[in-house]
Amino acid sequence: MICTCFGKTLNLTALGRRASETARLMLGVPDYDTYVAHMEATHPAQTAMSREAFFRERQAARYGAGGLRCC
Amino acid sequence: MAAQRRNVSQGLIWGGVAVLGTASLATLALSRGESVNAIWLVVAALCTYAIAYRFYSLFLATRVVRLDSTRPTPAVRRHDGLDYVATNQFVLFGHHFAAIAGAGPLVGPVLAAQMGYLPGTLWLLVGVVFAGAVQDFLMLVFSVRRDARSLGDMIRAEMGNFAGTVASVGILSIMIILLAVLGLIVVKALAHSPWGTFTVFATIPIAVLMGLYSRFVRPHQVLEMSVAGVALLLGAIWLGGAVAANPVTASWFTFSAQDLALLLISYGFLASVLPVWLVLAPRDYLSTFLKIGTICALALGIVVTAPALHMPAITKFVDGTGPVFAGKLFPFLFITIACGAVSGFHALVASGTTPKMLENESQARLIGYGAMLVESFVAIMALVAASVLQPGAYFAMNAPAAVVGDTVQQAAAVISGWGFAITPEALTQLAHQVGETTVLGRAGGAPTLAVGMATIFSNVLGGDRLMAFWYHFAILFEAMFILTTIDAGTRVARFMIQDFVGAALPAFRSNRNWTANIVATGAAVGGWGFFLIQGVHDPLGGINSLWPLFGIANQMLAAIALTFCTVVLFKLKRGRVAWVAGIPTVWLAICTLTAGAEKIFSDIPAIGFLSHAAKYRAAAAAGQILAPAKTMADMRQVIANDNVDTAMAGLFMAVVVVMLAAGIHAAWRAASHPSVSAREVPDDMHLLRQNA
Repeated sequence: MICTCFGKTLNLTALGRRASETARLMLGVPDYDTYVAHMEATHPAQTAMSREAFFRERQAARYGAGGLRCC
Repeated sequence: MAAQRRNVSQGLIWGGVAVLGTASLATLALSRGESVNAIWLVVAALCTYAIAYRFYSLFLATRVVRLDSTRPTPAVRRHDGLDYVATNQFVLFGHHFAAIAGAGPLVGPVLAAQMGYLPGTLWLLVGVVFAGAVQDFLMLVFSVRRDARSLGDMIRAEMGNFAGTVASVGILSIMIILLAVLGLIVVKALAHSPWGTFTVFATIPIAVLMGLYSRFVRPHQVLEMSVAGVALLLGAIWLGGAVAANPVTASWFTFSAQDLALLLISYGFLASVLPVWLVLAPRDYLSTFLKIGTICALALGIVVTAPALHMPAITKFVDGTGPVFAGKLFPFLFITIACGAVSGFHALVASGTTPKMLENESQARLIGYGAMLVESFVAIMALVAASVLQPGAYFAMNAPAAVVGDTVQQAAAVISGWGFAITPEALTQLAHQVGETTVLGRAGGAPTLAVGMATIFSNVLGGDRLMAFWYHFAILFEAMFILTTIDAGTRVARFMIQDFVGAALPAFRSNRNWTANIVATGAAVGGWGFFLIQGVHDPLGGINSLWPLFGIANQMLAAIALTFCTVVLFKLKRGRVAWVAGIPTVWLAICTLTAGAEKIFSDIPAIGFLSHAAKYRAAAAAGQILAPAKTMADMRQVIANDNVDTAMAGLFMAVVVVMLAAGIHAAWRAASHPSVSAREVPDDMHLLRQNA
């Protein structure tokens, strides 16, 4: 979806995707498609984790030893 | 010609921002007697941030660390799709901000408001521009250039193993104090409040429901799950009102501070032993979105309602006699407000997950410096919310019963005597408005902030009718992310303890070792639980002694991080600009050491732990029992607590002194070294690996 605002063209679909990416990363879940693209490009012999497995792996990592957040 | 015209218009714009900022600050500073509009405070802050970002952070980026957009970041070099992912800078900004902002910037400024809004405002602005944002930015850049290593690892590599170990002890002790003081804030807000207690309890089944849903029904759909969770939470606040209105159900959810503290300790233990997906993760998701949403709503509320500040610019309590926390403006203001001005904790975040995702070095300015400016703005809004209240109401909520008494009549008389006129009826009316039986003795910031926010929000939406709803919304929102910090922090402390013990006993380190897990979790919970219980029994409300210890610890950590940054600048042969980190280091060292020494040695029992212990010892020797002690055993406990607090403050001071000495030594050696001796990647990667 495209809309114009103050003479500038805005791609609302792309903006929405960014917003959802930001919201997910705030919870410690990075972009799954980026991960899959990386696996296909650099480790074609290995099978990439499924979306569910990827989510679980990231969730476990967030609350591991390095998961420090501020007060 | 075009470039020249652009320069002129740029100059005009920034000149305008400078004039506007100065005029707003002057309005704030010079007002006497009449109340000032909060908008002046907001404008002064925004102008300061804009100028600092445009000029000072540019200086740091180009002249001090010389950001190089061609130098590959860890996200590029070690891309793995999981931890190391080059991320859009605005997306990463959101991640970083969500990780640094918590309850800290909301609580400190509320406590500091007892001295008036001006001292807190000035420290927040000067502190963030020259210390806090500098620390966050430098730590991020140095970590990015060291393969996204953590603060402890980097100190070990650049300053030696001994300094690294001392820093780690400092980090573990700040965790313990932080968790205790945060727990105390929740306990103070929920004691004898069935409405608040019900809604906070309700978050546990809601989180479990969300956890089960995301585990078994629709995995990875975190956003839809969070939306549903927020809706359930709002429902729980509404239901809480009904629960509190019925005497039978209200009695089920009415607890004393002591009982709540014990519940919290057991909960902290369970939540950090249970699988993360069940309670911890879903509640973390809820609190993250509530946090961001509420911060945006608060900003909007302040701008729309433009409330007047009723707190004077400066109160007489700058002399150290204030009821909320004891001690003079220097050094205690500077440790009471840590988060928002400079927070050592951020050094851990800026050397944690964020450097692994930075796409390009040039973006470190927005994320490191910029995100800290936003946190400072959150602190400014908290200060506004506290200053919007009538000062009489503010002191009634924050002064301990030992000072103002425990009835509204006594409190109103004492506080009016200080020159902040308030009637007993007004205090009863306020409690009634927010749906509570009393607002007295609710120190710790959360309830004050909640009344302030409720006042601001109810002016936008709902009026008086919704005041009680907004109050409990604000209480819930703070309790939510404090509880999340307690779960997550207990886990982190557990891993640190396992790591420490594991150095001697390698089997203890394994995550699959259940004995180690239980023992280390028990030690972590026992540590903060001890200080929490002590705070609950403190006659002066506990926040009084614990918040300064937390502030000292947090500023100690900042001093450690900034010492490290200064050393690295010397090692890079940039000693000429090392003052950018050196001056804030010296300032923080002066503040923490003075505050620590006063907390230990001051003759005034309200400030000094030793004189407080001496007072109780003398009374015990004479066979007297001083409140809150009820028996001789209680008296001995009070004295023992004072000794532990003395040891804690002494430990923090020792850590600062050792780190400063190590820093001066390392900087001296670097200065006499003929060439650059900092260990950065990629060129010096082999050295770093050898050392690790």
